[in-house]
Parts: sequence; C-alpha cells; structure tokens
Amino acid sequence: MSSAQVMDNNQQGTPLVKIYVAISAAVLLLMMTVGFIMRLAQGKVLEVPADLFYQLMTVHGTGMVGIAALGSASIMWYFASRHLELSRIIFVANLVLFLIGVVMILGSILGGGFAAGWTFLYPLPAEAKGLWGTAAAASFLLGLLLIGTGFLALHLDFARAILKKYGSLGKGLGWPQLFGRDAGDPPPPVVVASTMVTIVNTLGITAGAAILVMSLINLFVPSFVIDALLAKNLIFFFGHVFINATIYMAVIAVYEILPRYTGRPWKANKVFLAAWTASTIMVVIVYPHHLLMDFAMPSWMAVMGQVISYTSGLPVLVVTTFGALMLIYRSGMRWDVTSSLLVLSTFGWAAGVIPAIVDATIHVNLVMHNTVWVPGHFHFYLLIGVASMIFGFMYFLGKEGAVVEDRWFDRWAFWGFMLGSLGFVMMFLYAGAESVPRRFAEHLPQWVPYDRVASVFVAVLVTSVLVFVLRYFGRLFAVNPATLATETH
Amino acid sequence: MQETAWAVSTISIVVLAAIFVWVISRSRDQAEYAPIQNSGYLWRKRLFIALVITGVPLMGATLMNLPYAASASVAEDALHVEAKGYQWYWEISASQAQVGQPVVFHVTSADVNHGFGIYDESMRLVAQTQAMPGYTNELVHVFSNPGTYQILCLEFCGVAHHQMKAEFTVVAANDGGEV
Repeated sequence: MSSAQVMDNNQQGTPLVKIYVAISAAVLLLMMTVGFIMRLAQGKVLEVPADLFYQLMTVHGTGMVGIAALGSASIMWYFASRHLELSRIIFVANLVLFLIGVVMILGSILGGGFAAGWTFLYPLPAEAKGLWGTAAAASFLLGLLLIGTGFLALHLDFARAILKKYGSLGKGLGWPQLFGRDAGDPPPPVVVASTMVTIVNTLGITAGAAILVMSLINLFVPSFVIDALLAKNLIFFFGHVFINATIYMAVIAVYEILPRYTGRPWKANKVFLAAWTASTIMVVIVYPHHLLMDFAMPSWMAVMGQVISYTSGLPVLVVTTFGALMLIYRSGMRWDVTSSLLVLSTFGWAAGVIPAIVDATIHVNLVMHNTVWVPGHFHFYLLIGVASMIFGFMYFLGKEGAVVEDRWFDRWAFWGFMLGSLGFVMMFLYAGAESVPRRFAEHLPQWVPYDRVASVFVAVLVTSVLVFVLRYFGRLFAVNPATLATETH
Repeated sequence: MQETAWAVSTISIVVLAAIFVWVISRSRDQAEYAPIQNSGYLWRKRLFIALVITGVPLMGATLMNLPYAASASVAEDALHVEAKGYQWYWEISASQAQVGQPVVFHVTSADVNHGFGIYDESMRLVAQTQAMPGYTNELVHVFSNPGTYQILCLEFCGVAHHQMKAEFTVVAANDGGEV
C-alpha cells in the first residue's frame, strides 16, 4: 500500500473514529453521572440501597475502564493509520464486539443483579449469597471476554501492520536508532507508542482472558478450584496493563496535536525511544504494587513493585511532561479548548503519578491501601489525564485543518471541568489520608462532609462534560461543522 | 504516615502546577526553539540526576523493616491471634491485647477475599493485610495506645462489605486484662 493509499485509509476511517469518539463521550458522561450518584449516596444526599450502590459501582468501574480503552484506541487508530496499513474491518469488529460485551455486562448487572466489582476478584462472582445467579455472573465474565477479544484483535492488527512496514516490533520501538548504529529517522512517536501498547496489551489481555475463562469454568464446575493468589495476580496484571495502556494510547493526542498549536515538532529522539522502551518493560513488571498487602506474595515481588513504581515515574516526568513544557515555552502558542485540555491532560498524568508513587511505598501502602486515596490517584491521571486527552481530541476532530475559535461556553466548560476535576480528586486524596475506606456503600458520619464537598465539585464537572459532549454531537450532526462549531473573529 | 503522604503529595503537586503555570504564562511570547531545546535538555538532565540522587536513598530507606515475614523475629511473649473472614463477619480468636505487646494476626478467609484493616479510636487506619482463601497472611503489630480498635473489611466482598466489622480491645500494660 502506497503512502497515498494509507492516507486514503485514514480518511475513510475517520467517520469510524468519530463514531468511536461519540460513543466514548456519551458513555463517559453517563458513567460520570453514575459516579455522581455514588458520591451523593455516600454523602447521604440520596438514598441508595447497598445492593444498588454496588451494582452502580460495578457499572461505573467496568464502564470507565472499557470506555477509556475505546476512546484512547480511537486516538491511536486515527493517527497511526496515517503511517500504518490498518484494517478498517478489524476496527469495526472491535467496536461491534465491544457493544455486544456492553449489552451482556449491563444485562448481568442491571438485569441479573451482578455486583462483584469490575475486578471480579475470584471467587466473589461465584459467591453471590443469593444476590445474583450463575447466569448473571457468566454474562458479565463473557461480556468482558468479548471486549477483550475485540481489543486483542485490534492490537494484533497493529502488530501485523507494524511488522509489515518496519519488519519487527523492535524496529517499531526504534531499537536500531536507540541501540544500533542506524542514524536514520526512527519511527514517529505515534508508531513507537502504538508498538509499546501492542506489546503490553497483548500480554495483559491474554492474562485477563485466561482468568476469565478459569472463572467461567469455576462458575459451572465448582470443583474446579483456582488458587486465589494466582487469580489475583492474573486479574491485577491484566487490569493494571489494560488501564495503563489507555494512557499510552491517549497521550498520542498530545504528541500529534500539541505541535500544531506550538509550531514545534515532537520528534522521537533517543531519550524518547529509551523512555518508551523502559515503559514497555516497567508497565509489565510493576503490577505487584497492587498486591503489597498480600503478605503471602514473595517479598522480592513486593520490593520490585515499589522500586519499579518509583522508576516508572521518570519517563512520564522527564520525557512527556518536560517535552510538552518545552514545546509550549515561548512558542507563541494558540490557546483554545483543544490545546488547553491537552496541556491539562499532561499535568493530570504527571501530577497523578505523584500520589500513586507515594502509595506504592510499602510502609505507606500499609495504611493507605484500599482507602479512597487509591481512587484519588487513579482519577487524577485517568480523569484529568486520559479523559482530558479524549475530550481534547474530540474538540480537535471538528477543527482539523481550520483555525477556529471556541464559544464562551466552551471556555467556561473547560474551566469548570478543570476546577471540578481537581476539587473532586483532591477530596478523594484528603479523605484517603483520613483513612476513609474505598468501596463502602455507607460512610460514617465524620466522613460524610468529604463526600458532600466532593459532590459539589462533581456536579460542576458533569455539567462541564455535558457541554463538551453536546458541542461534539452538535458538530457531528451539523451540515457545515465549521460554521456551527465556531465563532469566526 | 498519612500526614507525611498527604504533605509530600500536595507539595509536589503544587510545585508541578506552579511550573506549568509559569511555562503557560510565557507561552504567548515567541522565541527560537533551538536555544530553548538546548537549555531544556540541560535542565532535563539536571532534573533526572536530581531525581536519581534523591530517589535512590529514599528507596533504600523506605525498604527497611518491611512488614513481610515479621512474625519470624517477634518476641516469645507475642500474642498470636487467629482471624478469619466470612461474608460478612470476622471470627477472631482473641479480642484483647496489651499496649507494647507484639500481636501476630494470622489472617485468612473462609470464602472470598477480604481485607483486615485495624482502625484506632479516631478511625485512623493503623495497619492492614489481605484475608485470602487458602492463604494465611501474618500481620505483626505493636499497639502503642489503649482503646477499642475497629476491624473493618478493606477488600470488597459483597453487599454487606461495609458492615463487616469487629472490635479489638487494647489495654494498658499494667491493667493485666484477660487475654
């Protein structure tokens, strides 16, 4: 396929990308609303029975992880398809499998009462105490399996396309330029990032599929007993890799779009290549930091979890954050909602890593694990990081190739999103430092004020995201997108 | 420990935010990129070295006296307590210890995963470990204050997870309470 044909493939795939983003935006808004309801329930503003609360918690967790992956994958596909011969059929198949999986998962939770959390920690799916049946648990696990299968197919298609163009995944990561004497141009950042995600997510999803199938067998054949620690390792390896991959897919928006606003290129130099190779390894081996309170684990794995957690922050800070700041500094940059969201996302990723590293310190984890400190740090880099990247990309989609400005409510929505998100995550962190446990349907009276203050911030956040989403749908269905989306000065 | 974690995190986040604001405030000026890149790479190198210089000793210090396998070195007068989690209650072999006395909690589960979290009277988490079916985690803790401690479940285990509680009393060393 010639470069013209590759660009043609990209153009023909753009409507699909827009559909991916539309679904992602709508589901993000819906899941945020579910999160809002949970915070209101903990704050005793709304009365939500415990069984419904945990069902909503399962919907929220599963929905957010899945939709973060879908939205991030659309960013990766959009930019990578300018360099790689990707299959549109696989891209569509992933979406179809995703939607079937979503229907099965929603059916299991809202119809069957399944509420074992998105982590489906063995053997909880089979130990329902009468609250859900085997069919509901099986529907949830099969739904996840279908979604994983779609993503696995997508990553394998990326692997095929990278191998076809570059010859090996090592070359996709720029190893000849990093380790060898090849003085030629390395692959562009989008290809390096895509290669990294392909490697780690293929491993992660395979591990996830293994434990999903084992759990399914256990549901129907209870005598098939799984080692609880093995199950936990497989689940957290899968979960950690899969959710982290969303960041590495979505950050491509920063690499690709920010240079257009600053007029400065983001090139894959040796430090960049070294950082991405290091991240490829570290994302895979850092997962034991989720198991620091499982004292039956080998101690060396816990030590590795802490050490790699510390070092894994370096590529983020030293390469992406520093690179973005250099790109911005005295660039004469044009600011609009797209560029603002992308810069905010870089901050969100880097800042969210800080409380995550703190929590990965074993002595801290002893008194912070499974408090709301944990959702505090992961909402920092997933909401202010990944969601900002997706929303930034969403605003960019209607504007590419044209200098257009946002309306006043777009700008207000940005500020509302930023302040609402920051207030919300800081309340999580503060309450975590006060030892408030996570995943509690009911809070003690002394914890309720944190929930209520957080709810105010969430209300601002959700309203702002509603504006983002309505504006995107407005552009999507407008006859002349540029005219309706912008004010021209 | 929680105060330290909060202080370190918030100060670092504020410093990072200040750097972002400073850079953004200069984003509308325009200058040639090459000198900025050269200067930036130099600062990046310094940042990297500074992070390594501070990170390595910090890592070493925080990896001392880990809570794992601590039961192997506890004193002979340590109190051994069996704790087993069920959906949704705790079965604990003893309910009282003395201040200063090492307590070894042998924590396991009869059904699903639970979390054994010890909260003091101000509802501050003082220690925890996971309760897993098929495994026994040994948590060693020396209580420094008397009082009624709460054991909460810290791993989601089903619909009454938040109600899975038990009490553990710690008496002053000279009270000689029955254990």
